[in-house]
Amino acid sequence: MIEVQDLSKRYGDKKAVDNISFRAEDGEILGFLGPNGAGKSTTMNILTGYISCTEGKALIDGIDILEDPIKAKSHIGYLPEQPPLYLDMTVKEYLNFIYDLKKCKLPRNSHLKDICGLVKIEHVYGRIIKNLSKGYKQRVGLAQALVGNPNVLILDEPTVGLDPNQIIEIRSLIKKLGRNHTVILSSHILTEVQAVCDKIIVINEGRIVADDTEDNLSRRLSADHKLLVRIEGPSDKVQKEILSIKGAISCEPGVTHGENVREYRVEAQEGVDIRRDIFRKMAEKGWYILEMRSSELSLEDIFIKLTMGENVPALDRTDGGAE
Amino acid sequence: MGAIFRREVLSYFTSPIGYIFLAAFYACSAVSFTNNSLSHGTTQLDAIFGELMIILIVLIPILTMRTLSEEKKNRTDQCLLTSPVSLGGIVAGKFFAAFLIYAMGVAITLVYAVIVSAYAEPDWTVIAGNITGLLLLGAAFIAVGMFCSSLTENQVVSAVVSFIVMLALYLFTTIGEVIPVDFIRNIFPTLAAWQVTVIVDVVIAAVAAAIYFAAGRRPNTVIIAFVAMLVVSGLLIGGDKVPEVFAKLSFWERYYGFTYGLFDLSNVLFFVSAAVVFLFLSVRVLEKRRWA
Repeated sequence: MIEVQDLSKRYGDKKAVDNISFRAEDGEILGFLGPNGAGKSTTMNILTGYISCTEGKALIDGIDILEDPIKAKSHIGYLPEQPPLYLDMTVKEYLNFIYDLKKCKLPRNSHLKDICGLVKIEHVYGRIIKNLSKGYKQRVGLAQALVGNPNVLILDEPTVGLDPNQIIEIRSLIKKLGRNHTVILSSHILTEVQAVCDKIIVINEGRIVADDTEDNLSRRLSADHKLLVRIEGPSDKVQKEILSIKGAISCEPGVTHGENVREYRVEAQEGVDIRRDIFRKMAEKGWYILEMRSSELSLEDIFIKLTMGENVPALDRTDGGAE
Repeated sequence: MGAIFRREVLSYFTSPIGYIFLAAFYACSAVSFTNNSLSHGTTQLDAIFGELMIILIVLIPILTMRTLSEEKKNRTDQCLLTSPVSLGGIVAGKFFAAFLIYAMGVAITLVYAVIVSAYAEPDWTVIAGNITGLLLLGAAFIAVGMFCSSLTENQVVSAVVSFIVMLALYLFTTIGEVIPVDFIRNIFPTLAAWQVTVIVDVVIAAVAAAIYFAAGRRPNTVIIAFVAMLVVSGLLIGGDKVPEVFAKLSFWERYYGFTYGLFDLSNVLFFVSAAVVFLFLSVRVLEKRRWA
């Protein structure tokens, strides 16, 4: 369990973290979403006792990180933004060192073997860390956090540098770990946080912009009512036809792809799914839907959305993915 | 602490540093042994131990330069500082690892004593005193080196700074003698020492105030000015006692006795407390970084 109360961190005049409070229960995965420099890493460094906070309190399993740091730290597994690896050691030596460092009581060989199996680094176990690829280094960093089976896992951008297959593996691993650990992970990728986390906190410029517990963020951030459709048919008529659908608010024509094929950005009222209606209308007219997908929200869109409430202006970017 | 100690010892031998240090130490001490003992046909080893201090000033920075600076540069300090180990434990683990490597170097002097004993019986108690002195001196130097290493992320800077600091500690007696206290005193020959002190302090405060307001009101200016005022006041009021005080703090003066077989407890305490002070300062630097 992690509890943070009115946490602030000041560097001189600059406030890196400004009055943040949140809670993460056991068996919960909390996602920290925010752009670079939002204060995600600073918050995590405070939670793990690497740096101090200027004001406020951070409790790990009920233990204050500043009052009893050694006991609190023994409950934490931390993967920083840059994995803290001793490059001239082998993976085996490194994990054994971490095992000793954390004063771990679990049976050494079987425990380390289990962890290597989880993050799939058995076949590089004897190799020197310096020579591993970035993805493997990241996984060794994750393994390091798992040593000692700590109750709280704090992972700072855990999937950076991994290839798509590995990302899926690590995400499912985190989900699995989330069943009996408290996990906090940070990311600047919305889809990642949505895929893995039970609860999302959006943070920008050191402040919490939105907390999932309060306003059911994931529903608000879902973009099913904003569609990107590519249709083959006469442009002006298609637009008119779509606008005539009940619930549709706007339809802006976008890029043309060859003769008669065009993309349209369609927005419907929130909570109204007009995909079936579009399909039926187009079929009636004999026009072809070549592609239809929900437009993804970029981080900027999210902030606009969250800070401006319901009066969201139409999105003006085609490929809104944050990657 | 145990885990860090083991990792550090291992790292001295997975990187070239341990080998370089030991090889250089063995080579330099062997040259000294040949020149001072074997060629002169004497079983007295004290000249060697005297020369070893100079060798240490060059070699100890190599041993300690990466201890704390590399951790910060590679961000591995995040792993140490977020693990359930106290800062004191981290610094102590690293100190004892460096000290073990150092002791492996010092052990060679025993071999020299044994070689010499083939010709005539050396004074074993003197040699025991010599080795104890050398170990104590090394412990203090390693602590100094680690402190310098804690201040920077750059190994080269760390090595150069610790070399300069150690050299200064070695030459403390000379430094004490050449500080131009009389020069300032003689500007105002008629005034008493305390009056000169007040005048000089006022000048320093005025200059510091000018810098403070011109350079954007940094608190560091105040601290530096305050320290400068303290030091200058101490020197001016100390007057003739200054060289004496410096000589008492000189590592060479303290170590000198050991090479002649004088086992003075105050010298032992001096080196032990010097080591403790610099290790404590290293811990404070790490602690301070967290609160920055």
